[in-house]
Amino acid sequence: MVPAGGYLLVSALLFSLGVMGVLLRRSAIVMFMCVEMMLNAVNLSLVAFSRLLGDPTGQVLVFFVMCVAAAEVSVGLALVIALFRNRESIDVDQIRLLRG
Amino acid sequence: MMPQWTPYLVGLPLLGFLLSGLLGLLWPRYRRWEIGIGVLAVSVVALAFLLALGLFVGLPQEELPLRVVLYQWIASGDFAAPIAFRLDTLSLWMTLIVTGVGALIHLYSIGYMRGDAGYWRYFAYLNLFIAAMLLLVLADNLLLLFLGWEGVGLCSYLLIGHWYADREKAFAARKAFVVNRIGDFAFLIGLLWLFREVGSLDLGVVLDRAGAIESTALGAIGMLLFLGATGKSAQIPLYVWLPDAMAGPTPVSALIHAATMVTAGVYLLARLSPLYVLSPGVLGLIALIGALTALLAATMALVQTDIKKVLAYSTISQLGLMFLGAGVGAFSAAIFHVFTHAFSKALLFLGAGSVIHALEGEQDIRRMGGLSRHMPLTYCTFLLGALALAGLPPLAGFFSKDMMLTAALGSGHEVLWFLGLVSSLLTTLYMGRLLVLVFHGAPRAPAVSRAHEAPAVMRLPLVGLAVGAVAAGWIGWPDLLGHGAWNWIGRWLSDSTADLEHGLSLGLEALSIALSVTVAVGGLWMAFRLWGRAGLEADHMLQRRLGGLYALWQSGYRVEAIYERLFVRPLLQGSAAPLRWSERYIAGGLIGLASRSAFFIGSGIRRLQTGLLSLYALVMLIGALGLLAWFLWRSL
Repeated sequence: MVPAGGYLLVSALLFSLGVMGVLLRRSAIVMFMCVEMMLNAVNLSLVAFSRLLGDPTGQVLVFFVMCVAAAEVSVGLALVIALFRNRESIDVDQIRLLRG
Repeated sequence: MMPQWTPYLVGLPLLGFLLSGLLGLLWPRYRRWEIGIGVLAVSVVALAFLLALGLFVGLPQEELPLRVVLYQWIASGDFAAPIAFRLDTLSLWMTLIVTGVGALIHLYSIGYMRGDAGYWRYFAYLNLFIAAMLLLVLADNLLLLFLGWEGVGLCSYLLIGHWYADREKAFAARKAFVVNRIGDFAFLIGLLWLFREVGSLDLGVVLDRAGAIESTALGAIGMLLFLGATGKSAQIPLYVWLPDAMAGPTPVSALIHAATMVTAGVYLLARLSPLYVLSPGVLGLIALIGALTALLAATMALVQTDIKKVLAYSTISQLGLMFLGAGVGAFSAAIFHVFTHAFSKALLFLGAGSVIHALEGEQDIRRMGGLSRHMPLTYCTFLLGALALAGLPPLAGFFSKDMMLTAALGSGHEVLWFLGLVSSLLTTLYMGRLLVLVFHGAPRAPAVSRAHEAPAVMRLPLVGLAVGAVAAGWIGWPDLLGHGAWNWIGRWLSDSTADLEHGLSLGLEALSIALSVTVAVGGLWMAFRLWGRAGLEADHMLQRRLGGLYALWQSGYRVEAIYERLFVRPLLQGSAAPLRWSERYIAGGLIGLASRSAFFIGSGIRRLQTGLLSLYALVMLIGALGLLAWFLWRSL
């Protein structure tokens, strides 16, 4: 039996990796994947707490997060494809038309 | 007839105004439907007249005055101003004059304004004019009266400037507005002062408590209100707008001079007569101003060459006589003269309009003459109107003028009575001159031979008004005949006006009447001899004989020039510097500062919007961490 602290540690590591990825990488696809990673890090900690406290609410919440993530990915990927068709690039630093 | 119908008297013309105005504004095709516009405008005023007639017949004199409250308009602390109408003998009589003569002028306008581009606008304003005047006359509250007072001023501005594309006419409209505004300012101060003294502006309360006001305050209030009346009724010193007001279409002049607008001042004096009789000094001043106005305007009328200007100065002169009448305490006689003068003056103006119409816009009497052969009906009616105005018995003008003059003599103002008599003589002279130069003699312009009678819709009002000009005086026979038993109008109006009794012996009254008859007949005879023989030469002969005096009359006693030097030019020059200053520092400076500071702040903040996605994400992260830190710190 792995102690709960282990799950939380992995979750925190995954979340931090995701944040770093979103901040530092410039490819839209990779940024997306990092956002997904952050979501799944949260999912992991939710499941761990659910197990620890014996309350299934946390696991139900994970299903919701996965659903929303799936919907979000479909919209996001469609945007990325549209972007690539127009600009031949998915480098977010070069897409800055909306600036003051 | 129920008194509850009273609001419709004002409402009907107002409805006509709204319908004509809105339909004309929103639906361009309606503007060309002249029959529809004209019939609508005439019928609302005619209906109002029938309504007034119904009220006049249906309400016994003993039941008056009545008060009809529509709703509470303003209620603030102690002050309350309801929309309330007062039905008494005075307001009912004025309503009959306004709607009756007004309806005939509306009818005449259908023919006169045919083909005018602003037809719908004209009739809309004409209806509004009647509505405002009825509001003024019927108001039970001085604030509501002031609303009508201002409305009348506005309508006169709009209608005098009907052909606003012509600069001269637009300026004339502006002059009328500004000069009236000076009087209105005094009027408003008078109203506020009156409110401070009495604590209410309801007519009933004001007239009841007039005796309790301290006499200096009462005199000042009376003076201020009288100054307002001189503006509306074109008396010295504010008469200068009326001759210029001839720039409007001729039926508008008829409306302003006969039914609406200028009668407002006389009405105000009669309405507040219980207040005025308490300050004899103010009354004396009113009489003096009236007599002087009557005399000076009559001399100016004698030398005018524009047919409408003659009539304009004649109106000022007649209004002067009404003020003289009011000033000597014969308020009901003044209103009686409003009534008889309305018929003859409207008739003269509409006749002049027909002449101008027939001569394709010619207004100079030096280029007329001999029109009686071409326009017999216009000639006959114009003749009756002129004789009635000149005060020839038994036509209408004689009775009312005589009533005022005997009152002036009876109240001991012999000098003013004499001035009134002299202006009556001058009236007969300029009316005779006008009549002869326009209609008699040989034509002095080729256009005269092409002149023709106006269409039936314009002839009908002439006939109607001519009947009035002949018979309107027969409701007020002098005391000499029947000891006042035949003076119906005096008994009717004195319910509402506080006439001063004058103890004039029958012998003196007979003398006064005999003198005015002599003056009327003699003056007309003189005028017909002078101008009938020599025509325009008579003018030149007068000019040679009178020399400087004639030139003074022609220049209108240089009043216009004096006003120009004294008020207009200093005002324009004095306001030039503040205008430049405010343009530069207020419009240019302050407003520029506001716009520039918004621009400056924006140019700083816009740098935050970089378009860099990762920067936004970083800011979000910092924000989220900050929130987290805040909550953790709080829970500690």
